[in-house]
Amino acid sequence: MTHTHAPTSKRGKLVDLRNFPGFNPTAWFVLFFLYSPLVYVVIYSFNSSRIGAVWESFSVKWYGKVFENDDIQRALKNSLQVGFVATLLSTILAVMAALGLLRMKRAGKAVAIALIGAPLIIAEIVLAVGTLGLFIAVGVPLGKIGLMVAHTAFCIPFALLPIRARLSQLDMAPFEAASDLGANERQILRRITLPLLAPAIFAGSLLAFAISIDDFITSFFVAGPGATTLPVYIFGMIRSTVTPEVNAISTLLLLFSGSVLIGSYLIQRKRR
Amino acid sequence: MTATTSTPKSDSKQLEHRARPGQSSPKLAYLPIIFLAFAIGVPLLIIVIYSFLEKPSQGTGVKWVFTTENYKALFIQQKLDGTTALDTRYIKVLWTSFIYSLITTIVTLILSVPVAMWIATRDARRRTLLVALVTLPFWISILIRTYGMRQIIADEGPIGKFLSLFDIDWSILYSPPATILGLIYVFLPFMILPIYASAERFDFRLAEAAYDLGAKKLTVVRKIILPSIRPGIISGVALVFIPALGSFLQSDMLGGGKTNMVANVIANNFGQARNWPFGSALAVLLIVLTLLFILIIQGVSQRRGDKVELV
Amino acid sequence: MSEKFLEIRNIVKVYPTPEGGEVRALDDVSLDIAAGEFFILLGPSGCGKTTLLRSIAGLEYPDSGEIVLLGDRIDDKPPYERPVNTVFQSYALFPHMTVGENIAFGLEMEKIEKDEVAKRVVEALAQVKLSGYENRLPSQISGGQQQRVALARALAKKPKVLLLDEPLSALDLKLRRGMQVELKRLQRETGITFVFVTHDQEEAMSMGDRIAVFSEGKIVQLDTPVNVYRRPINAYVADFIGETNLIEGTVVASGISLPGGNILPTNQLAEDSVVPDSGKVTVAIRPEDLVIATDGIIGGTVRDVIFTGDSVRVYVTVGDTEVIASLASYGTQIPAQGSHVTLNPENRAARTVAS
Repeated sequence: MTHTHAPTSKRGKLVDLRNFPGFNPTAWFVLFFLYSPLVYVVIYSFNSSRIGAVWESFSVKWYGKVFENDDIQRALKNSLQVGFVATLLSTILAVMAALGLLRMKRAGKAVAIALIGAPLIIAEIVLAVGTLGLFIAVGVPLGKIGLMVAHTAFCIPFALLPIRARLSQLDMAPFEAASDLGANERQILRRITLPLLAPAIFAGSLLAFAISIDDFITSFFVAGPGATTLPVYIFGMIRSTVTPEVNAISTLLLLFSGSVLIGSYLIQRKRR
Repeated sequence: MTATTSTPKSDSKQLEHRARPGQSSPKLAYLPIIFLAFAIGVPLLIIVIYSFLEKPSQGTGVKWVFTTENYKALFIQQKLDGTTALDTRYIKVLWTSFIYSLITTIVTLILSVPVAMWIATRDARRRTLLVALVTLPFWISILIRTYGMRQIIADEGPIGKFLSLFDIDWSILYSPPATILGLIYVFLPFMILPIYASAERFDFRLAEAAYDLGAKKLTVVRKIILPSIRPGIISGVALVFIPALGSFLQSDMLGGGKTNMVANVIANNFGQARNWPFGSALAVLLIVLTLLFILIIQGVSQRRGDKVELV
Repeated sequence: MSEKFLEIRNIVKVYPTPEGGEVRALDDVSLDIAAGEFFILLGPSGCGKTTLLRSIAGLEYPDSGEIVLLGDRIDDKPPYERPVNTVFQSYALFPHMTVGENIAFGLEMEKIEKDEVAKRVVEALAQVKLSGYENRLPSQISGGQQQRVALARALAKKPKVLLLDEPLSALDLKLRRGMQVELKRLQRETGITFVFVTHDQEEAMSMGDRIAVFSEGKIVQLDTPVNVYRRPINAYVADFIGETNLIEGTVVASGISLPGGNILPTNQLAEDSVVPDSGKVTVAIRPEDLVIATDGIIGGTVRDVIFTGDSVRVYVTVGDTEVIASLASYGTQIPAQGSHVTLNPENRAARTVAS
């Protein structure tokens, strides 16, 4: 909002026109509401008792269990492998799409935007079962490769977000100047466009990575045995046991996603 | 007269350099489009096709026989004695999903407007911090957020324990209110952020002019501020209602595994129930409903002249 | 007769309007620019001057017409194949490159060797009096300095023609005046043909060798600053350049009958004035060419008197028009507000102009 100085009443007391009744407590309540489950998960990951809900004493033993658990390690490895590949591919495809869309004709552009935006609009369950059907019909083995393909597809719109935002901010003049100074389209792309987009591309890749790591529904349906990712494993754990071990892994996952996202946010803010 | 030389150029190259500098060739987008046609377009196509096929007698998959039975089965049930009767199960599921999403949308809307406006009226430094605080949960795994909520509202969770001090029974988990609560929790940031984006752009001097003309605070909110953040509200409604309609985890983890939302029934049919064609029909229905609601929301916003962009 | 340098022939550029019609940004424009000239394209916004400049650069493509540089057609070539460079209004410096890298960019496109590039960068910076600024980023230097870097970047390529698109419009007055002198000096030193777009007629007159005055896509007058000022071809040019009183009069036997009843004799008009046999005619007189005289030709009541330091401006109501006289402040008797005065044009400075 544009900020002007709050006016004072005749008696000189500051009359606060910017605070509306009830908004302040509502806001604090909502913030509390948003974070208390997460805080609970973190705190109770340090609960030494096996029964999750009852606090016994402070302990890090569940974290120890997490690191000893082979299944978890395997699931983590799968998540990271799928994540890295999906991030790399989706970011490259997102950059190509972002640049190519600038000059696409209306018909092609509409199709492209529909395909790119589909994962954002259509419920994930639909695409997940459709992808399952696709892989089985085509004969793709249900494993990490299939997962990488599926993840790449829904990561593209997320990688695209910061890139398109940055593209729309870019001023036309430096590109005209580059052409005026002798650069053809390829040289402009290499020396002007990509360097100017670099922070946004990086931010997009971080977003894509976080989305891939956190994905559940598609990973649940499309992965076969041996391609279990971390969220799928956690889901299975929640279904069966209710030990604080689940909280421990959840906390770790939380920390990881959180730092990746904070990193993306800081990068987007730095290069102004 | 000096002769003028013209550089020989093929037609396509001439067209190429007539575009603005810095706008790369549209051909760059071909690869992503082809990939997505395969990875997104074909799965959707398969769903549509499968919805018109028969279920095989054994195992999963489909039998390549055309039928419209799956769509009929959404409303009609074949009884064992051969008669047909109205099957309200799936209608109930659709209705339930609709109601849950509606409640979620309304509650998040009521909570988000004050929060968004409050953040927008703080000073610059606190604003960035607050926005970051609201944004972070938005990006954290829905699985973990739902699981955290489950632990809090569990019978023996902190709320239950607190209320038992007053001898109040707390047993909300594995019931519709729990699912709705989970939906509200997960989708709250989806409503706050677009409304905040609108609120941030609001020129507070308009409110000051209203005050100057004699309006009291609530009137200013109602008649000046709310109308100008309408685009944000419409975005938020779209970003909550439509995904909530197709949500899976909240009903599964908090509703007690009773398949009472559309996504759960679809998942079930592709899992235990092994009825891919029927699940596909339901999925097609969900897609159609999604597109329908998007068109409605776009229609509402366009009629009043707002511009709402989802991607 | 020297060979032609930059010929612009019959350029037409049409844009569609949202209502479905079209607007002619350039309406059959032709002109010849000589080598080594400081040439000005002058006019209000929307008159086509910038469109013409961008057409020479290759950033716009005319619908018809030709642009020929030293005998070669360049209007069908992309910008990067024309020996023409532009200084943009917004400077358009590459934000992710240092000053030195910005200047080197154009040279690298010509595949010049690294050592040579470095040498030319240093030369270019010296030319614009920014030696030592190689490693600064555009965000770290002032607007005036950015403008000079934009200039150096274009000049480093030693183009045949340098195009400048209102480069001084963002600078404050003092800075602008200083840069005007700098640009004239640079142009003389380098000998490069400058084509300069501006809407500021004072700027145009102080810098240009020749000025093309634009109006609605057409060139209205093309001449040296002196001639454009002293001999405006019509009321538009007379009014756009400097200040002019435009007085409607009627042709009579001995001259022109002006409002107020008096007659301006024909032999008092400028020599090259065209006077029709009869009917209405517009007389243009600049305020500084009017003096207060007893029994002067133009008579009226003083509405206002404003003292501006080096001159006194007297606003006289004559009939239903207003005439402004600009008098030297020293040695002139300043008339009182409301008094009746008569004015005379000096030195045959009054002229008829087409409306």
